[in-house]
Amino acid sequence: MSNNPYSTPQVLSHQEGGRPLEVDRLHKNSGWRLYFQTVIARAYPRIIGQQREKSWLFFDILLPLLSVCAYVFVYRAIKAPEDYIGFVVVGGAMTAFWMNVLWSMSSQLYWEKEQGNLALYIMSPTSMMAVLLGMALGGLLATTLRALVIIVLGSLFFHVQYAVVSFVQLFAVFILAMFALYGLGMMAASLYLLLSREAWHISNLAQEPIYLFSGFYFPIKNFSFWISAISSIIPLTLGLDAMRQLVFKTGPSLGFVSVGVEILVLSILSVVFLFGARLMLAYMEKLAIREGRLTENRR
Amino acid sequence: MNFAIRTEKLSRIYKIRGGKKSEPRTLVALNDINLEIRPGELFGLLGPNGAGKTTLIKILTTLLAPSTGHAWVAGYDVANEPDRVRPRINMVTGGETSGYGLLTVRENLWMFSQFYGLSSTVANQNIKHLLEVVGLSDRTNAKSSDLSTGLRQKMNIVRGFMTDPDVLFLDEPTLGLDVGASREVRHFIRSWVDDNPTRTLLLTTHYMVEADELCDRVAIINQGRVLACDSPANLKHNLQQDAIFHLEVSPFNGSLNSEKFEALPGVCNVVHRPQDGFESLDLILEEEHALAGVINTLNSANIRLLNLQKNEPTLEDVFVNLVGQSMEQIEQKGGTGEQ
Repeated sequence: MSNNPYSTPQVLSHQEGGRPLEVDRLHKNSGWRLYFQTVIARAYPRIIGQQREKSWLFFDILLPLLSVCAYVFVYRAIKAPEDYIGFVVVGGAMTAFWMNVLWSMSSQLYWEKEQGNLALYIMSPTSMMAVLLGMALGGLLATTLRALVIIVLGSLFFHVQYAVVSFVQLFAVFILAMFALYGLGMMAASLYLLLSREAWHISNLAQEPIYLFSGFYFPIKNFSFWISAISSIIPLTLGLDAMRQLVFKTGPSLGFVSVGVEILVLSILSVVFLFGARLMLAYMEKLAIREGRLTENRR
Repeated sequence: MNFAIRTEKLSRIYKIRGGKKSEPRTLVALNDINLEIRPGELFGLLGPNGAGKTTLIKILTTLLAPSTGHAWVAGYDVANEPDRVRPRINMVTGGETSGYGLLTVRENLWMFSQFYGLSSTVANQNIKHLLEVVGLSDRTNAKSSDLSTGLRQKMNIVRGFMTDPDVLFLDEPTLGLDVGASREVRHFIRSWVDDNPTRTLLLTTHYMVEADELCDRVAIINQGRVLACDSPANLKHNLQQDAIFHLEVSPFNGSLNSEKFEALPGVCNVVHRPQDGFESLDLILEEEHALAGVINTLNSANIRLLNLQKNEPTLEDVFVNLVGQSMEQIEQKGGTGEQ
C-alpha cells in the first residue's frame, strides 16, 4: 500500500477512548457522493448478473408468457373485447416487477445476512438505505428489460393494438408505480431482516393473492368498489389500471377511477412507502444490533 | 495516551430462546473485558472456539451492542458514534462467503470499495496492487464463485485492506486454509503492519503459532474473560522458570490417568492425549525435580517411558497454565459461558 495516494491528514477528536491521533488517510468520499456511489455499486451485480445468468429468459419471460397465453385464449373463447388481450399482455409484463420485488427485493436482506454481506454493508460507512436503493434500481432496470420483452413478444403474437393518449402521463404513472412498488419492497426487506427461513414462506404466500387483487389479467373494476379500493394499497393495482386507461381505446371505460386520481394516490403511496422503508430500516437495524441478529440466526 | 481500541468493563450477555415452555437461557459471551490497544499494534486475541473473540470483534465493528460497559475504536464510542467509527475500520472473517458469485474478483472488490467512498481510480489502483501482493492477480477476472477456499480468502483479505482502514479486524483469517496459504496470509499481514506503522490490527485466532508469530501483544481469552495480556515473549518468559516436559509412554490401559499426575507434588498442569499405540503427556512442573515423582508413578504402574523431551514454553503452555486445560480439550468439551 506504499504507493497509495494518501492525502487528507486528519486529527481525531479527543474522546474517552483516547487522545488526538494523527492519521494520514486515503481520501474517501462521504455524504451524497458516497450515497450515489453505493446506489450504483449495489445496482451493478443485478444488472451484470442478468447478463451472465441466462436462466431469466426461461423463468422470467417464457413462464409469464405462458400465463398470458392461457388468459388470451380464455378471453378469445368467450369473445371478450379485443382490448382485454392487451390488458393481459400489459399485466403479464408487470408481473415481472412484482416477482422481482417479492423474490429479489423483499427477501434480499435475509439472503445477504445468510451470505455474510449484510454485516459488511452495515459495518461500512455507507447508508443502508443507499444499499437498498441500489438493489431496487438494479432490480428495476433488469426487470424493465424483461417486461419490455414480454410486451413486445405478447403484442406481436396476439396483434395487440395500442392507442396511447399521453406518453407523459404514461411515463409518470410507470415511474410513480415503480417508486411505490420498490418502496414497498424496501419496507418488506427491512421486515424480513428479522425473519429467518419464514421469509421464503411469506413470499410464497403473498405471490398468488397479489396476482388476483392487483388485476394482472383483468380490470379491477370487476371487483366491488371497496375491494378495488383496498387492493389499491398494492402500487401495481393503480399503476396497471392507469396504464391500461392510457394505452387502450376502451381503457377509460374499464378504469377504476380517473388517471388523475390514480396518479395522486400513487404519489402518496410512493412517499409513504419510501419514507416508511427508511424509518423501518433504521429501526430494524438498531433492533438487530441490539439483539445480535445481524449475524446470529439462532439467537 | 492514544488508544486505537479501548474497552472498559465490556460485557455481552445473550438470551437464548428455548422452546415454548422452557425459560430463556443466558450466555455470557463477554464478561468485564478491559483492553487498551495502542495505534500501530498488531494485537492478538487468543482463545478456543466460544471464548468470546468473535463477539468482541462484532461489538468493536458496531455490529453488536454491548450489554454493559463501553468500547471505543479510533477514539469513538462504538455504541453511540457508529457513524464515526465505520469510516475508520474494516473487517475480514475467516471462511466468509461475501460478495456475489456472478461477479469477478475485481468487480466484487470494486463494489465493496464504493461503500467506503473510494473513487474508482483509487479503488482499481489499490485492487490491482493488493491482488499482486497476495498473488491473485492472475484471477482478477475470474468469477468469485470459481475460486477455491484459499483464493477466496485472499480476495477477502484484499477487500479488508484496500480501504486503508485505521483499525482492521481480522477474525480467524486463516481458518480453513492449507499450510501454504496460511503462511502467505500471515506474511502479508505482518508486512502490511510493518509498512503502515500508524494502522492497528486486531487479530483473533485459536492457532497458537499464528498469535506467536504475528502479534506484538496477545490477550488470552476464555469463557468471555481476559486471563492474561502481554507480548508473547513476556507471557512465555513468565513460564520460563517452570519446567516443561513432553513425555511419550506406553498405553495406560486404565491403570493411570492425568489426575494421578496432577496430584503429585510440584506438578502444575498435565495435558494427556492418548495417541495411536502410546500416550502423550505434556507436563508443566514447578521445578525439574518434580519429574522424579512422575517417573516413579509410571514405573510403579509398569508404564514404559518411550520418549522424554524438555521443551521451551509455548503460548499453548501459557494457555494451559492459565486455564488448566488445553484449547483442544476445551473445544472438545464445547466449553462456553452458558448458564
